[in-house]
Amino acid sequence: MRYLLLIYDAESQWAGLNESQKGQMFQEYMTFTESIKKSGHWLAGQQLQPIASATTVRIRNGRMTTTDGPFAETREQLGGFYMIEASNLDEATAIAARVPSAKIGSIEVRPIVERAG
Amino acid sequence: MSIESLYRDESGRILATLIRLVGDFDLAEEVMHDAFAAALEQWSGHGVPDNPRAWLVATAKHKAIDRLRRDVRFRERQDELAHWAALEEGAAPDFADPRDGSIADDRLRLIFTCCHPALSLEARVALTLKTLGGLTTEEIARAFLVPAPTMAQRLVRAKQKIRLAGIPYRAPPEAELPERLDGVLTTLYLIFNEGYAASSGAELVRSDLCAEAIGLARTLVGLLPRSTEARAVLALMLLHDSRRATRANPDGDLVLLENQERGLWDTEEIREGLSLTESALREGGPGYYALQAAIAALHAEAKHPSETDWPQIAALYGELLRRFPSPVVELNHAAAVAEAHGAGEGLRLLDALDASGRLPDYHRLPAARAQLLARLGRAEDAATAYRRALALVGNESERRFLERELARVSAPTL
Repeated sequence: MRYLLLIYDAESQWAGLNESQKGQMFQEYMTFTESIKKSGHWLAGQQLQPIASATTVRIRNGRMTTTDGPFAETREQLGGFYMIEASNLDEATAIAARVPSAKIGSIEVRPIVERAG
Repeated sequence: MSIESLYRDESGRILATLIRLVGDFDLAEEVMHDAFAAALEQWSGHGVPDNPRAWLVATAKHKAIDRLRRDVRFRERQDELAHWAALEEGAAPDFADPRDGSIADDRLRLIFTCCHPALSLEARVALTLKTLGGLTTEEIARAFLVPAPTMAQRLVRAKQKIRLAGIPYRAPPEAELPERLDGVLTTLYLIFNEGYAASSGAELVRSDLCAEAIGLARTLVGLLPRSTEARAVLALMLLHDSRRATRANPDGDLVLLENQERGLWDTEEIREGLSLTESALREGGPGYYALQAAIAALHAEAKHPSETDWPQIAALYGELLRRFPSPVVELNHAAAVAEAHGAGEGLRLLDALDASGRLPDYHRLPAARAQLLARLGRAEDAATAYRRALALVGNESERRFLERELARVSAPTL
């Protein structure tokens, strides 16, 4: 099965890190990504720009509105994602637990709808 | 063996095996019922086969294959085809052979799947009672005082989550066992407490819940004989259950431990509970449930309230608090300290807990404070605390108890 791991953490927490802490976190992400590529679980993954860069688009009554900011204001923000291949939820959650941000934020594990053909 | 008793005693085991074979909760349930319907029809003419369980599993398996064959949606899908092929080859366990471990394995798989931590606690409870306990949706709904359609919806969502999220149908590997077992024990103990906390209204159905939880815990102990915490949970349930008949008077009013008719406690349950507690503590040490069972055991051993070993109980609560801190344990610890070392000492701990604001809406905290205040002769403060408890209490029988106590401390002294 394919799963999307949505990485939520508080941007303010990131902003509070000094250069060497940021460097260490970056290194941890590099190591983690490399390991799930090697084990064959990795399908895709990206880090996102901060929510200050987010724009939300809606069409209501046929008219498009564009607003500054994310879809929902939350304590933790979507900061990146991985798409992985795992045989079941237990394997997916075990991988999610190894995402470096799991220690400070939350990883939401969502199965992807598989369509035949 | 009649089909009715076969259904009652064996449907849980048969369903566990069928879920493994067909890989789907709903399909397994449907074909099991098909198989029992076929049995009703055929056994009356041809007589009961030598091994009725094996017959039922084989028949259900064929019904599943038929259904999959007929279902065009399945035929179009390559993975379902592979699944179907595996089903035709998949071996059903040999029910005639008690050494065949696959029956027990299937049952264990089902317990761990129904109690998977990715399911909400209420979904786990519903699913466990439905698939392992063999209760009907209506019975579970009645026990939890929700409308049947709500419970049906809850079950549908739980099964959907298992399928969509890819919750595996397996017992966890050794390394994950302690953590996953926690989820199972929490679920079983919640089922027990749901039955135990009730004392009026739907009482009959709810004492069934106690029996159901004890039965499931017993099964778990049989399947995981080395797990001391599973043993401790069974012990704890038995020791509490031994007092069930004396917890309420004929009017359904709550009777406190010290006023219960101890001669009516179930000695058989106490005997078994004590021996399980002892072996769980000896082999597994002070686990979460083992410590609680040890406390319940000390109460069970006291023939008269005055014989209760309160210093030991207070020490055990202290140990529980140190290892598994929670405000509710803190409350129980304070109450035990009051019995062992004086009401003033207990009240000091309760006041600290109250001031911390960690148990804001729990009626037992002001109720416990009121009791100690009354004992210390501070009637007015006690009345205030009872009123606070009354504002928070939900259970009818406990409400009447608190009202009586309030009246008692408010009565003018002669």
